[in-house]
Amino acid sequence: MAWSHRNLLDVDVLTREDLETLLDQAMHMEDLMDRPVKKVPALRGKLVVNIFFEASTRTRVSFELAEKFLGADVVNWASSGSSVSKGETLRDTVWTLEAMGADAVVVRHSMPGVPWYLRDKLRRASVFNAGDGAHAHPTQALLDVYTAWRHLGSLEGKRIAIVGDILHSRVTRSDIIAFRTMGASLVCSGPRSLMPKDMGALGVEYEPDARRAVVGADAIYLLRIQMERQMAGLFPSEDEYHRLWGANEELVRRARPGALVMHPGPINRGVEIESRVADGPQSVILPQVKSGVATRMALLYLCMGGGEA
Amino acid sequence: MNWKEKARVMESPDMARALKRMAHEIVERNKGLEGIVLVGIQRRGVPLASRLGALLEGFEGMRPAQGELDITLYRDDLSLRYSQPLVRRTDIPGGVTHRRVVLVDDVLYTGRTVRSALDALMDLGRPAGVQLAVLVDRGHRELPIHADYVGKNLPTSSSEVVEVRLQEVDGVDEVWICEKVEKVEEGPERPLMRFAREGE
Repeated sequence: MAWSHRNLLDVDVLTREDLETLLDQAMHMEDLMDRPVKKVPALRGKLVVNIFFEASTRTRVSFELAEKFLGADVVNWASSGSSVSKGETLRDTVWTLEAMGADAVVVRHSMPGVPWYLRDKLRRASVFNAGDGAHAHPTQALLDVYTAWRHLGSLEGKRIAIVGDILHSRVTRSDIIAFRTMGASLVCSGPRSLMPKDMGALGVEYEPDARRAVVGADAIYLLRIQMERQMAGLFPSEDEYHRLWGANEELVRRARPGALVMHPGPINRGVEIESRVADGPQSVILPQVKSGVATRMALLYLCMGGGEA
Repeated sequence: MNWKEKARVMESPDMARALKRMAHEIVERNKGLEGIVLVGIQRRGVPLASRLGALLEGFEGMRPAQGELDITLYRDDLSLRYSQPLVRRTDIPGGVTHRRVVLVDDVLYTGRTVRSALDALMDLGRPAGVQLAVLVDRGHRELPIHADYVGKNLPTSSSEVVEVRLQEVDGVDEVWICEKVEKVEEGPERPLMRFAREGE
């Protein structure tokens, strides 16, 4: 295998072999996280800048831990209270960061395509997409695939049911690509008003009834329901959503025995998932968090090594 | 860069005899096997550690503890290489603290791998002591490191490489000296590929 990527903008550039390499490396990184000394000097002397233009706790902290465990120097560039709020353009901001010596930029932005724009503007730093609008969230897809793979083994022929707001979900978009690359099939469920127009183009099935969608599923992936979608009139009420698409024990029983329950977090208890399911024996929501650090370590390690050409 | 086989310097019986002697030396120097843990450096140090363990069991009637150590994340040349070496498993059951670690590797050359291994070990705990066993010492040290147990001292030139092949990994027990030959045929410059941007 030869890892040939310096950036990760979306998972569509990763082949199955790339993903398998990354999963294998993430497994070793996870072992490292269980040691008394979690820090290794693999990225010693490298500077990583995290720029988050959108609120994020777990993704930002997860990236930051991954960077620190690999020994990199880390700068967190907050968009509020910085030069950005004084009217500096994004381009000038990243050029400034690169002039300070950044070797990598981790970016989250509400505008789709920003990571691609940065990749084109930066001369040498790697770019990692930590979520751009409703477009892509590649590292979430990596951690989801890793978590499922650790618990289910090979994903070839496995079935994943994703339930929730597919339309606004960058997580789903990247997850669909990554799970399909690994040979899994997917079915989406949720209110039709929260579905993209052409589900077939994504290569997934649509089953409006969640109880039918999860039949035969090896994993049920619940998406966070954002309250502002209800305000926008896309579904009538949280109660109704919960009744029709919320994950309760009965829904989980309809999937395969031992099916995984996954969620990207933060969870809305009592809306898309009941506490008894979120905290139940089939839930891997907390292992997903740990997987997030391990897969980001593997990604940073693979992309950021090497000297100048 | 291509490598051409130049001379076979060890065969299976030579290797077996060398390992037997090294095992005896380990027992002699440590006055037994109490508190000893054999730690093979990935990749060929791991099967060598197993062989030493089996020999020691034969001599002393007890099998010393054994583990494996990957030093990839501790290398000092990560920022110089074109592509990242892949990380392998590290697993030392029972840890290293208060134990005497015998590090096992196939070839001792510049000493940089051993330097990395020492760093990796110290992050895993506080060993009571660390000793080094290598099948081949080929000289050309760049760091003040020496081996406690050596299978064979092999004077080499720095344009040569020493290749240890083991049954468990390569299907055969042999040590070769190989020589650099300039590559003639045209080929794509692979190292440059990793700097091509995705989607272009």
